Amino acid sequence: MADLSVNFCGIKSPNPFWLASAPPTDKAYNIERAFRAGWGGAVWKTLGEDGPPIVNVSGPRYGVVHGPDRRVTAFNNIELITDRILEINLQEIAEMKRRWPDRAIVVSLMVPCEEEAWKRILPRVEATGADGIELNFGCPHGMSERGMGAAVGQVPEYVEMVTRWCKTHSRMPVIVKLTPNITDVRKPAEAAKRGGADAVSLINTINSIVGVDLDRMVPNPHTDGKATHGGMCGPAVKPIALNMVAEIARSPATRGLPISGIGGIETWRDAAEFIALGCGTVQVCTAAMVYGFKIVQEMITGLEEFMDQHGYASVSDFVGAAVPNVTDWQYLNLNYAVKARIDQNLCIKCGRCHVACEDTSHQAITHLVDGVRHFEVIDEECVGCNLCASVCPIENCITMEPLVNEIDRRTGRLVDGSYLNWTQHPNNPLSAAAKKPLEPLEPAE
Amino acid sequence: MTSASDICAGRLAPGAYHEAFSDLHAALDRHEARVAAERCLFCYDAPCVNACPTGIDIPLFIRQIATGNDQGAGKTILDSNIFGGMCARVCPTETLCEEACVRNAAEGKPVIIGELQRHATDAVMASGRQLYRQGARTGKRIAVVGAGPAGLSCAHRLATLGHDVVVFDGRAKPGGLNEHGIASYKSTNNFAQAEVDWILSVGGIELRCGQMLGHDFTLADLRRDFDAVFLGLGLQAVNALGAEGDDLNGVEDAVAFIEALRQSTDLSTLPIGRRVVVIGGGMTAIDAAVQAKKLGAEEVTIVYRRGAEQMGASGYEQELALVNGVVIRHWARPVAVYAADGALRAVSFAATTVENGRLVDTGETFELPADQLFRAIGQVFVPQVLEGSHDVLELEGGRIAVDFERRTSLPDVWAGGDCAAGGRDLTVVAVEDGKQAALSINRMLQGFVPLAAE
Repeated sequence: MADLSVNFCGIKSPNPFWLASAPPTDKAYNIERAFRAGWGGAVWKTLGEDGPPIVNVSGPRYGVVHGPDRRVTAFNNIELITDRILEINLQEIAEMKRRWPDRAIVVSLMVPCEEEAWKRILPRVEATGADGIELNFGCPHGMSERGMGAAVGQVPEYVEMVTRWCKTHSRMPVIVKLTPNITDVRKPAEAAKRGGADAVSLINTINSIVGVDLDRMVPNPHTDGKATHGGMCGPAVKPIALNMVAEIARSPATRGLPISGIGGIETWRDAAEFIALGCGTVQVCTAAMVYGFKIVQEMITGLEEFMDQHGYASVSDFVGAAVPNVTDWQYLNLNYAVKARIDQNLCIKCGRCHVACEDTSHQAITHLVDGVRHFEVIDEECVGCNLCASVCPIENCITMEPLVNEIDRRTGRLVDGSYLNWTQHPNNPLSAAAKKPLEPLEPAE
Repeated sequence: MTSASDICAGRLAPGAYHEAFSDLHAALDRHEARVAAERCLFCYDAPCVNACPTGIDIPLFIRQIATGNDQGAGKTILDSNIFGGMCARVCPTETLCEEACVRNAAEGKPVIIGELQRHATDAVMASGRQLYRQGARTGKRIAVVGAGPAGLSCAHRLATLGHDVVVFDGRAKPGGLNEHGIASYKSTNNFAQAEVDWILSVGGIELRCGQMLGHDFTLADLRRDFDAVFLGLGLQAVNALGAEGDDLNGVEDAVAFIEALRQSTDLSTLPIGRRVVVIGGGMTAIDAAVQAKKLGAEEVTIVYRRGAEQMGASGYEQELALVNGVVIRHWARPVAVYAADGALRAVSFAATTVENGRLVDTGETFELPADQLFRAIGQVFVPQVLEGSHDVLELEGGRIAVDFERRTSLPDVWAGGDCAAGGRDLTVVAVEDGKQAALSINRMLQGFVPLAAE
């Protein structure tokens, strides 16, 4: 049986599933329910400075993107950091750590960008017995206008500086939570590492407007007729998060830096994908907010089953296993070729593959053959783009089959298993081949 | 009614009629409609559209529902089929659009196109909006005989093309079989008349009820007074049983029963037998049998001379009858009815089979006790209504011969619906006939030469 327990930069938890810093981790009541349900850890909703409580809007805080059957594809929110009294939060954190010593409790923090402010709060958090801290450099609304959250996370120098303060004034592991609202996520990750961070976590929410109320002519959600952008999360952001995780995992400057993956994780499979791209733990919020804490039981059993099937004894066995296969476009093998194949036994004849190819791509799928409705790939036209398989409503009906030692009938070229990337390609004016005869190059890692 | 006969009214408790004859399907609510709509794959060259006799753009209207545009969805439907509301209720969708749905191949369950169509057309009706208006007046006048689905479909299309139309109907109320020939639970809340009123409100259509062809006017009159004539006459007579005692008290036409039921304002006054036998295998047999059961008949048996597969009623309709407690007996034909004191008491049947492709008696017989028998063995066109014209109006198989444009053998006369040869006796086909005839009439009036037959 696979062992799901993890040791993430010194923080131990019985499984890699943590609740992300968000409304589900705002107080002891929720954390108690979460741990009973089986969550391995929780990042306590961001604490701020001692002082007058944070004020939230009393209008709607959440916006939503719905898929078919009102499935939640994404949320956005304009909620701020915790609006509870700091001392009460600290007491509850201490109590929860006492009650659940085997679970990870990490405390998310956001105080003004002054060393004194961090020096004040860090010892108080450490006194709770919490396992670590997460620096909220990502919150994109409300706090960033006050010089915190994403306002720090978007300036690598600030990230490095604050991280260093935390490492200087605390013995706790420091996880730096990164904002995706930046051009190159590797820069703040590198800064965090320079500042001494033990790990990074990403992504925080994405700046967004989820929709517009066309009767009132104001974006959703609105407060008394006005709206502001919110932070978007949920399944729709997963691809963005996976890419940012992979960029950090494969960058020479940050390779090996522990990553806690966040962004649209709903199932064991989502979690396994983040782990494969280099995450030691994963954090979940939206799925819990849609379905409740019980979903972790599906995640735990699903991940166990997957690991057993693949012979992974522990999570660390496959952390980053897919990272070596993430590369730059220029190193993809341009000699490789696939053709779409339609399984006629599975085909339900909806014609989506045909119209997608006919209207928007390469005119490589038939509609009628001898006057009969029949969808078949025309190899002479098929570029192997995968659009047809992507729009087909039936799983595995259309597959992309590699050509092996045969002529590509579109190009007339023999696909012989050889390797040629863009850096070597004669059409690339910068390639060696453009200047002299072909000489194979190894792809950079 | 004699004392021996067990045919009486008021078999149900007074309050039970409303429940028994309520809507067959509850209308989809907004959420149900959206979930159902999202199953549509928006097929290319969609098989459902090809299976619809009126060619409704089904993927488009379903996508419009999915995006919250019910009114637009309704208009998409009505553009192709002005009786889209009634067709949503009475079409045998399981043998038309829904049979063709690719979701059958995917998971054995089609998109519920009929119910979605009702959702969209109901939205238009509920809005009270008129989506069409009479086109720029052409000054041409067209006579339409028969205010059923064929005639009104033709009249509506002609009006939108700018022509003036006079619709004649022998009955007191327009609607044809939609009003008189369809089971009550398929068209509740007086939907048929509301739909007819909405269709007629387009403008340019004058309705003359109580005017019967061959009685109050002749085809020759119409040809003289109008630029073109469309005949949507329907069928006038019911086939005879071919058994002795056809004229007994208690032996009735199913269509007359259905009509009386539809026009009744108090169902508790309608007499119905304790034991009812329905002869036939089509939709009319099902409608009569199910409604007899709903009126409180204890035993209702449909007897059909062939098997379930040959029945004109769809599988869904047959199931509806069975669920309502109707017994269906296949492979038997009536040979005689027995009376006592002038009232029906029993029907005897000969068992049948197919030998060398022909239906023959097996030699076995059986008897069913019956207080009431409904003939639902098909209707026929009575050409005498054409009075003096039928010698030149060619018939085919007993009905009016038409070409693919629904032109008859007379250059200024078109025909469609059940009275025309080659149809399928379906509302939706009648609607398409009327529409195609209107387009053909319009082409003729604009001076186009008729399209060559393919």
